[in-house]
Formats: sequence, structure tokens, C-alpha cells
Amino acid sequence: MDLSVNLCGVKLDNPVIPASGTFGFGQEFAQLYDLNILGSISFKGTTKEARFGNPTPRIAECKSGMINAVGLQNPGIEKVISEELPALRRVFNKPIIANISGFSIDEYAYCCEKIDKEEQVAIIEVNISCPNVHNGGMAFGTTPQAAYDVTKAVKAVTTKPVFIKLSPNVTDIVAIAKACEEGGADGLSLINTLLGMRIDIKRRKPVIANRMGGFSGPAVFPIAVRMVNQVANACSLPIMGCGGVSSAEDVIEMMMAGATAVQVGAMNLTEPYICKNIIEKLPDVMSELKINSLTDIIGIINK
Amino acid sequence: MPNNLIDMKIQGLYTIVSNEALTATTFKMIVSGCTKNISSPGQFVNIKLDGSFLRRPISICDWNDDTITLIYKVVGEGTKKMSEMVPGEKLDMLVGLGNGFSLDIPKMKHPLLIGGGVGVPPLFALAKKLKEKGCRPTMIMGFNTAEEVFYFDEFKALEIETIVSTVDGSGGIKGFVTDAMEKSCVLFDYTFCCGPLPMLKAIYEATHIDGQFSFEERMGCGFGACMGCTCKTNSGNKRICKEGPILFKNDIIF
Repeated sequence: MDLSVNLCGVKLDNPVIPASGTFGFGQEFAQLYDLNILGSISFKGTTKEARFGNPTPRIAECKSGMINAVGLQNPGIEKVISEELPALRRVFNKPIIANISGFSIDEYAYCCEKIDKEEQVAIIEVNISCPNVHNGGMAFGTTPQAAYDVTKAVKAVTTKPVFIKLSPNVTDIVAIAKACEEGGADGLSLINTLLGMRIDIKRRKPVIANRMGGFSGPAVFPIAVRMVNQVANACSLPIMGCGGVSSAEDVIEMMMAGATAVQVGAMNLTEPYICKNIIEKLPDVMSELKINSLTDIIGIINK
Repeated sequence: MPNNLIDMKIQGLYTIVSNEALTATTFKMIVSGCTKNISSPGQFVNIKLDGSFLRRPISICDWNDDTITLIYKVVGEGTKKMSEMVPGEKLDMLVGLGNGFSLDIPKMKHPLLIGGGVGVPPLFALAKKLKEKGCRPTMIMGFNTAEEVFYFDEFKALEIETIVSTVDGSGGIKGFVTDAMEKSCVLFDYTFCCGPLPMLKAIYEATHIDGQFSFEERMGCGFGACMGCTCKTNSGNKRICKEGPILFKNDIIF
């Protein structure tokens, strides 16, 4: 039985990757289980400067999911390289995925150029879909032209595979995906969170200080599967499928839709052992479904 | 349920031993299970409840080798369901989260413990530990009305001077806990506080004496992964669930 997958020449032992923003830089989870069981890790979205993020409250409960409006809190690229990555190396010895965000094309390029020099970073995941920051983040992921421009700029400064992380908050995700492909992207990650809102009906005010935030969790899984499938049909780039994944069966479903690897997001926060449990359960589900190699099922519904 | 759950350090299945109302909206639940991950009073558990995606953080009132006492207020659907659970039922909990109170304070002899509403419970285990250390704590517990008062007898049973204040004056000293601090003329050389934000701020401003304050914030995970509950402090950003919920007075920015 073969769980391994190949992402642009990077071989992963299995397709399961904790999604950026739900796993920090690994330290909290390293206290719970051996991270080396994971396919890879996509670390917390990193920007040029350190960021506090949005005011609190920035978390809201939803049915089968949650809203977050953290707003890219991170220590900044310098500290990520000098402190977080060496610490992560001590607990995880596989290639990692660097998640990069920015507020201008120059900032994206700056961060990618910096992180390009880090040996453990195998793939750069460029987040053009953060719904929680103004004048940046998602703004680059909602028009094909902006997505193309960012892709082009980061590709010019790195030789590592670049995955663009796409927003579902668009009219036509396929058009954005195609623009990234045209700009030279090596792969795509989708979906980021869906813009959502909750209201405290007793206080008659939004729950989240920033009013809106990104909705994620099991509720968004069908949307993610649909979008992954649409993009897989229209583009030839490998996809990291993400959105509401909560079981080994979900991993298989996401791969059948067209994903080469699968990210697990919000579920890490409520079930801290979820990635480990999914990976341990995968062989059983594969044998039940008579799957010998996970590679065989990638996009199988389109074939 | 995955069978490896029992081997896990912070997550476990706990069996409800008792679950009873202390007041109309406040409940006391005792659960049995592993308590090895609890290191100090002021820490909390994060409870998975049917029908809710996020876990519910509840502060630990007390614990021993195999049971944990939780006191919680019914504020929404999740805690409502929790109040309807019966002995024998199981709860999936992450246990021993947060930093907890630091007891190792040089020259502390007469700490003042101040709790407001469901901020009272974590001060109970703290009071016990402080007594064990040889300190002579005083407890002030503040509520809106006499009907909300709980755990007065339990604190008295620890042989601790215990003062009650109620906002409407229906029990104890009339007013806020800060009024009780003033009117009772209690002498203290350190403070430990837990309660709603306006109460913490009032205490912070009412005395120059040093202390520790327990904070609340909406949390995603409860163990430091999501950055949902971060606050700014004088020593940098801190996650309420990880570097908190207890902050030292000189760190706090109101």
C-alpha cells in the first residue's frame, strides 16, 4: 500500500499537511505527538514585518465550524527564519511549506526571496486570500490580473515550487487559477476561508471585533471539494486541497476531486490529534476502498 | 472514539461523578480521570460538547489525583447541555491548559484573593495551596445579588477570612469587590484576581500592590495554536490560553 504523493518533485510520505494558521510553527503540537508522521507542515502565514493582527474578540463559534479574524499575527520573516525555523527543525525533519503573505507585490517578493534560501523549505505557498487584512491579502486573490502579477513577481525571485493559495470569495475561482497558471505558478492551494459573520443577538453587535472573518471547519468541505474539482478540470497544476477536512474519508474524497495533497485546517484546533488520527486511519480506508496507491485516485472522477 | 485517546497527554475522556446546581445558573461538576497534566491553580480545561464545534474553556476549581472539580455558569447552548449531563456520562476534555497562578512570590504573607462570579472557582484551589505554603489569605467574592453566591461555606471551611459583596446589597457588603476592599479594611501584601474585565480593571486601579490577574478571551483552540486570543502586554504579545490566562500586574495593558 502506497500513501506517498509527489508535489512538484517533492515526495511526501503521505498527503496529509496541517494547513497554515492552524498549526503555528509546530511547537504546540510537537508536545502532543511526533510530527514526523505528517506529510509536511504549512507554517503560520508570515509577512515582512511582525504583526499583532486584529483586535479581539477574533474567534466566533458556528455550526460545524468557526470564524477567525486573527489577521496574520506573526513574528515577521526575520524572526521566523532566525527563531521559528531552527526550532521547527528540531521537531520535524521533513521538507516544509512556507506560507507567505504581503500587503504589496514587493512585500510578497521580499519574503519569498528571503525564505527561498532556507534549505528545509521545499515549497512556497503564497497566500493571496487572507480575508482578515485590509489593503492586501485577499485583494490580490480576487482579480485574475492581481493574482497573475503576484505569481509572476514571486516566481522571479525563487527557484522553489510556488503554490498560490486561492480565495473562495470570488465569482469565478477558475479564472483566478488560470491566471496563476499563466503567471508561472507550480501549483495551487485551495480553498482559504469563506468570509462570514456572526452577531451576538443579546448585545446586538458582531461577535468579532473586526465584524467579519474567515469561516472554516467541516461545514465548508463540500464547497472546497467543488472548487478543487472545478480547478482541477480547468488547470493542469497540482493542487493542495483544503477546507473542512476532518477524516481519512475526506482526504480520499478531496484527492478524487483532484487534489494531490490535502491540508487539514480548523479541525487541528478542536481535535489536536486529528492529523495523526487521519494518517493512521488512511491505510484501513484505502484497503476498504481497494486503493493500492493514493496517486491512482488523484482527480479520478474527471477521468 | 480512537483507542489511542487514553495514552494522550492533554486529551482524555473523563467520567462525570456528579453535576449539581449551586445557584439558578451556576453548576458544579466533578469528573474523574487523569489529572497529571494539571500543575497549578488557575489553569483550565477545554471541553468538547455535542453540537458545538469549538470546545468550551472552563477554569479548574480544584483537583486531586483522580478527580477535577469544575464550576461553570450556563451562558449558552453548550453550557446548557453540559448542565443536563448526568453521572456516568463521559466528557472529552483537554486538561491542564494555560499557565496558572505563580505561588512563588517572595515575602508574600497576606495575599488577597478577589473573585467575581464564576471568577471565584479557580481561587479555591489557589487558597488551599497558599494555606499549605503558610500564607494567610483573605478572600473577597463579589456577585450581583445574594442568590448568586456560591462557595462561601467552602472557603470558610478552609479557615480563610471570607468577605462577600453584592452589587444590590442583598448579601454581604453592598457594592463592588473594590468597595469591599475599602470597607473591610483588609490588609494585604499581594493580590490574586479572577473575574470580568471591568472588575479586573477596577482592582488594578484601586491598589498599587502587586498581583496576578486572570483574563478571559474568546479562544479557538485553548493550547496556543490559533492565535485567536492574543493580547498585548508590556512584555510583548501573549496568548491568553498559553502564556495566560494569568498575567502579572506589571505586564498588563488595559
